[in-house]
Amino acid sequence: MESVGLGYLAAGIGAALAVIGGGLGIGKLAAAAMEASGRQPEVAGQVRTSMIIAAALIEGVTFFALAICIILATK
Amino acid sequence: MTSPGDTLVAVHATADSLQGSGAHGGEAGGNVFGELLHHLEDGNALETPFGHISLPQFVPVQIGGLSIDMSITKHVAFLWIAAAIVLVVVTVAVRRNARRDVPTGLGNLVETLAVFIRDQIVLPNLGTRGIAYMPYFLTTFFFILTANLLGLIPYGASATGNVSVTAGLAAVAFVMIQAGAIRAQGLGHYLAHLTGGVHWALWPIMIPIEILSLFTKPFALCIRLFANMTAGHVVILSLIGLIFIFRSYLIAVAPVVFSLGIYLLELFVVVLQAYIFTVLTAMFMGLGMQSEGHEERTHDSDHPHHQ
Repeated sequence: MESVGLGYLAAGIGAALAVIGGGLGIGKLAAAAMEASGRQPEVAGQVRTSMIIAAALIEGVTFFALAICIILATK
Repeated sequence: MTSPGDTLVAVHATADSLQGSGAHGGEAGGNVFGELLHHLEDGNALETPFGHISLPQFVPVQIGGLSIDMSITKHVAFLWIAAAIVLVVVTVAVRRNARRDVPTGLGNLVETLAVFIRDQIVLPNLGTRGIAYMPYFLTTFFFILTANLLGLIPYGASATGNVSVTAGLAAVAFVMIQAGAIRAQGLGHYLAHLTGGVHWALWPIMIPIEILSLFTKPFALCIRLFANMTAGHVVILSLIGLIFIFRSYLIAVAPVVFSLGIYLLELFVVVLQAYIFTVLTAMFMGLGMQSEGHEERTHDSDHPHHQ
């Protein structure tokens, strides 16, 4: 029973850590993109597109971690 | 995959299960979570306002040591529904557009999306060579978009919230990426590319890494779509589940408002994920099509428009 509880704990802490990492990554990315489109508003469209793509890649890695957490929580 | 409409069903089921275990207040949280996850899973019945419709079941086929169950499940049914909707809507739109000079209504919508995919996704990543692959990108985009949207209507389920479905889509993307690379470079260059252009003494390290990197890209596509579609539904269901954990009308207001907000966010995510899947497939295909060496590849990818 105790090991099941530890599994839930691991899933919770793991999800939190993964989200912190992903949030920091996407936050830095968004900050840089905002700055870039502020400096050069004429390329704002291109900056936005590459921001979304990079955000999707970061998000993908975060989801790997979250999928592992879900597997832990539902075992 | 459970939609907010489906949540009504979940709510009834959860209420029943809570009535049963009313004495054990401590287990309520676990019950709610279990019930919620049950509604995210694939099933053998379609949920409708008039009760459950059972889908046909087949005896598993034995091939070698594997037993393959070809039964039609909820997600398979919604996969077919999505395919049928795409087929009908796009055919109707194209017929209408052919009849008049300026598209209106449905034809206008489909044309806007198709032009967007050509000008914003395919041409920047693949150049004019990419026009040959337009049918694939258009099909992928419209199919994923429809399948995602079906999860947001009451009693619907999004087939893309099933990892097997997204794995199938990613497998098709993998074949298309490799086929595009081989057609553009020729088989010899394609194989030479796997060595990474380094000294032959490093090949034992380089070749496995390059082969692995061929597979990680579609794998990431698969997990991304699946996790995005699942995550939104889990959040909505968890918010609704709070009502049953706290059992209070006062508490009920906040989860309903928040889940409406998440639902609207989901509407955005659904379109975004269809876009992301298509644009990343195009990007990977474009990377595979260019050049022999890594040097040139990184250089080219900085200027994807010069093709």
